[in-house]
Amino acid sequence: MKRFRSKKKKHISSKYLLMIMSIVCVLAMFVSLVFNIGGGPLHTVAGYVFVPMQQGINTSGIWISDKVHDFRTLGDVLEENRELKAKVDDLTTQLNKVMLDQYELENYRNLLDLDANYGEYDKVAAHVIASDAGNWFSSFTIDKGSKHGIKKGMNVIAGSGLVGIVTEVAPNFAKVRSIIDDSSNVSAMVLTTKDNFNVSGSLMSMNESKLLPFSELQDENDEVKLGDPVVTSYVSDQYQQGLLIGYIYEIRVNSNNLTKSGTIMPVVDFKHLQEVLVITEIKNTGEGELRSVQE
Amino acid sequence: MLRKIVLFLIIAVCFLLQTTVFPALSFAGIAPNLMIIVVSAFGLMRGKKEGLVVGFFCGLLIDIFFGFYLGVYALLYMNVGYANGFLQKRFFPDDIKLPMIMIGASDIACNLVVYTVMFLMRARFQFPYYLRAVIIPEFVYTMVITIFMYIILLKINQRVEAYEKRRAKKFDL
Repeated sequence: MKRFRSKKKKHISSKYLLMIMSIVCVLAMFVSLVFNIGGGPLHTVAGYVFVPMQQGINTSGIWISDKVHDFRTLGDVLEENRELKAKVDDLTTQLNKVMLDQYELENYRNLLDLDANYGEYDKVAAHVIASDAGNWFSSFTIDKGSKHGIKKGMNVIAGSGLVGIVTEVAPNFAKVRSIIDDSSNVSAMVLTTKDNFNVSGSLMSMNESKLLPFSELQDENDEVKLGDPVVTSYVSDQYQQGLLIGYIYEIRVNSNNLTKSGTIMPVVDFKHLQEVLVITEIKNTGEGELRSVQE
Repeated sequence: MLRKIVLFLIIAVCFLLQTTVFPALSFAGIAPNLMIIVVSAFGLMRGKKEGLVVGFFCGLLIDIFFGFYLGVYALLYMNVGYANGFLQKRFFPDDIKLPMIMIGASDIACNLVVYTVMFLMRARFQFPYYLRAVIIPEFVYTMVITIFMYIILLKINQRVEAYEKRRAKKFDL
């Protein structure tokens, strides 16, 4: 054993290996920062190795969780049945629920013209196949990549609202940063008053109350009300105009008495994302055209 | 050769579990960190060099799929593996205390670095909150998983070592 080890030691001592690899890492960081390429061929290789496996695990996982969910809800229903017989109080809760539903229905009715706006964009459906490895950020990967026409900067929506933006693309998968990610920032607009402000993701706010903080809202006449729908703004250079983010939940006046901040209740359930739609149009900010005019 | 294949499989399986299964099993939005268990355990069992290599590849995988820039997590995990390698001399397979302590310490150290680099630098100063909401829960969950994971990794490593010993003997004679 000893001889075996001494033979191995002749290779490179671990100290130098650490140094060399550290330099490699720093160089990689530098290169991907400066040239804005995130991996290139590494992405392709890793994508072809891991994405099929992740897809497989997800498909079977969803199947199992559906079955488990069925069993669990069956138990719940039985229990609920027993409780319902015993309690008359439950009727009141039910009444409350109906009222909530009605409120929601009204909201949806108001949003109908917004829905028409969505229809204009071409969309590609994709599955969420893996979520971030750590607990700090909330990005995820989807099973469609450049092969399917996905490009960096495309917006991702699910159901009725905005989920995030594609930040990196490999041939068969793409990385999506969700709007609740701590490093995310979205230019948004209150639909009723057309006031622009900034919605930033926050781990803290999301963990504590499942709300998205916003800031820099200029609303001198106090026209913005709780429950007003918030959509992506026309001034945003990353997001298409008019994608629903959520509803205003709380408004505070900042200490400067000029701007307001507060929180938004997002419409997307970020915990249970399985299928998303990628809008295959990239926001045209007109920068390219401007440049050509100058030339 | 066998060792390389086994290592690749371990890293792949843990990465897949961590990105697909464990987010679904998370408590209060916190999932355990399987990669750090693998990196730290191999650093302890096999020394600085292997810890370094395992750490590099684990980190690289995370970088490729979820990182901001290529090499950030690779650098971090590599150093974790290397640091754990220093305690290889004190490592005894039957003693689970040292691996538990080291894996826990690695997890916390890693998260502290991530917090400092990615959160503190962006003026998120509420450290007590992040400690309470992310670092401690992840530490506890990771510790629970470690009890099972470590035993599995230890058994796999012992098998591979026995195989290598047999081969080495064959060649010597």
